[in-house]
Amino acid sequence: MSMLNILIADDEAPARNRLHDLLADIGNTHIVAEAKNGKEALQRADELQPDIVLLDIRMPEMDGIEAAQHLQKLPRPPAIIFTTAFDNYAIQAFDMNAVDYLLKPIRLERLEKALQKARALQPQQLAALTPLSPRKTHLTIAERGRILLVPVDDIIYLRAELKYVTVRTAEREYLIEESLTHLEQEFDSLFIRLHRNCLVAHAYILGYEKRINDEHGEKQWVALLKHVPETVTVSRRQQHLIRMT
Amino acid sequence: MKNTGRLPNIRNLGILLRVLIIANTALALIAYTLSTDLADFFQRMTAISALAQPMLLSSLLLLYGSYPLITRLSYKQGLTAILALVILCTAIIYKLFAQLWVFDDLPGLTRILFTALFISALTLYYFNLRYRAHSPAVTEARLQALQARIRPHFLFNSINAVLSLIRSQPKQAETALEDMADLFRVLMADNRELVPLAQEMALCRQYLALEKLRLNERLNIQWQIDNMPPDAMIPPLVLQPLVENAVYHGIEPLTSGGTITIQIYTKLNEIHLILKNPYSTPNHHQHGNKMALGNIKERLSLHFDLEASLKSKQEKGVYEVHIVLPHQKQKH
Repeated sequence: MSMLNILIADDEAPARNRLHDLLADIGNTHIVAEAKNGKEALQRADELQPDIVLLDIRMPEMDGIEAAQHLQKLPRPPAIIFTTAFDNYAIQAFDMNAVDYLLKPIRLERLEKALQKARALQPQQLAALTPLSPRKTHLTIAERGRILLVPVDDIIYLRAELKYVTVRTAEREYLIEESLTHLEQEFDSLFIRLHRNCLVAHAYILGYEKRINDEHGEKQWVALLKHVPETVTVSRRQQHLIRMT
Repeated sequence: MKNTGRLPNIRNLGILLRVLIIANTALALIAYTLSTDLADFFQRMTAISALAQPMLLSSLLLLYGSYPLITRLSYKQGLTAILALVILCTAIIYKLFAQLWVFDDLPGLTRILFTALFISALTLYYFNLRYRAHSPAVTEARLQALQARIRPHFLFNSINAVLSLIRSQPKQAETALEDMADLFRVLMADNRELVPLAQEMALCRQYLALEKLRLNERLNIQWQIDNMPPDAMIPPLVLQPLVENAVYHGIEPLTSGGTITIQIYTKLNEIHLILKNPYSTPNHHQHGNKMALGNIKERLSLHFDLEASLKSKQEKGVYEVHIVLPHQKQKH
């Protein structure tokens, strides 16, 4: 059997040390890196391509469930074994969907067994875990073989164009393959649908202005945005939303 | 003290408030029954109050003063004593008014005494009913059910942390296990009696030592307890669950950690406990926090009625819980 490359992700140093000790006891394993949160785990996994990620669920910045969803989009997704001290909801979901997990304090034999049968998560397993994560904090964007993470809080607007959605931040634009309706459902409280093809973040709306539309010569409301020069047209149907704000 | 709890504690603010409400409602009812319209009602109410309020207040003052004596009596003797004191007080005030009264429509003494007696009996009956509803068996059962429960999350994470220390730092592992034993001894104990504040503080320190093991430099504690009265009596496990919440909701979600501030001082014979922790939105674990707060609130009110309060607020990224409770010293 070839050496297993393992990435440990846990925000607590003692928990990482314990896994270190246990993996040393088991042998035939190599710890490629340690991460203190989901975001770091994702970056390390992207660089180092581990075979297995031991992923704690409750971590700051990005929790284990969200990290698992992003990890899945890597070109060579690692096998994931969740670790948790206590989380009834998560454990129920894991049991129902045959997802590997280890309960802390972790036992040597359990860890050994989990490593032997570890394999990558299936899409339907991942889908079942989505409700466990309160709301994604990042969007993953695949770009030239790399995985980029865009914090949801940085997104100014999302605009649907043909089969892609443009993600606009203060710095630049990204393209993702997602449906706008799906994004709207997921980030319900953060964005407002000002146009059939555009979701705008509440936090970045400066105000509204009535402008002459060049094409038809009609007056139309547009939303002025922070950090970017472009504006978003408010469709006639959504104009009642302006009055509410 | 044969009747502890059965006779209303007249020195408790909540009880005083209830007495005033019951008596004044009865007086208002009398005025209402006699009156023909609203203006007449107010007129009558004023007239009645002019006579009745001094009687009511002086009776309460007298009872307040003689409360330690009353508590030494049996329940029946206590009731008789209270009624006798009220009658006495009412009669004295009546005599005073009879000499000074400028109007000529002062009602007869017997009627006044009968009304005072009736209202007093009614109030005492109410407190008897209330006592039975909150009888020790019921109250204790509620207290027991309410006893703060430590998060399993904390237990298992701590055991995991101790396990990681055993090989490399056995000394530290020993201390941690001792802290854990102390902590669970308190959690599993019968927690219905008040305990000295110093004891609760020691518990918090042990708890935080364990959390420090896991979170290391992410967890910072600022103690502002120079004016803390260590002998003040508080319900057990009032502070520890709040500190636990602060760690769970405030510190753990932060990669670089944060500071929890614990502030305790006395002011005007009241103890103030203030706990602050950083608060990052969105917080999806709100539910657990609300439960802990509700639990503590209810235990405070079972012990201190209206004299204790718990308020929480969040402002500029800081979550704050503020508890005020009466300063009761340890009985020797």
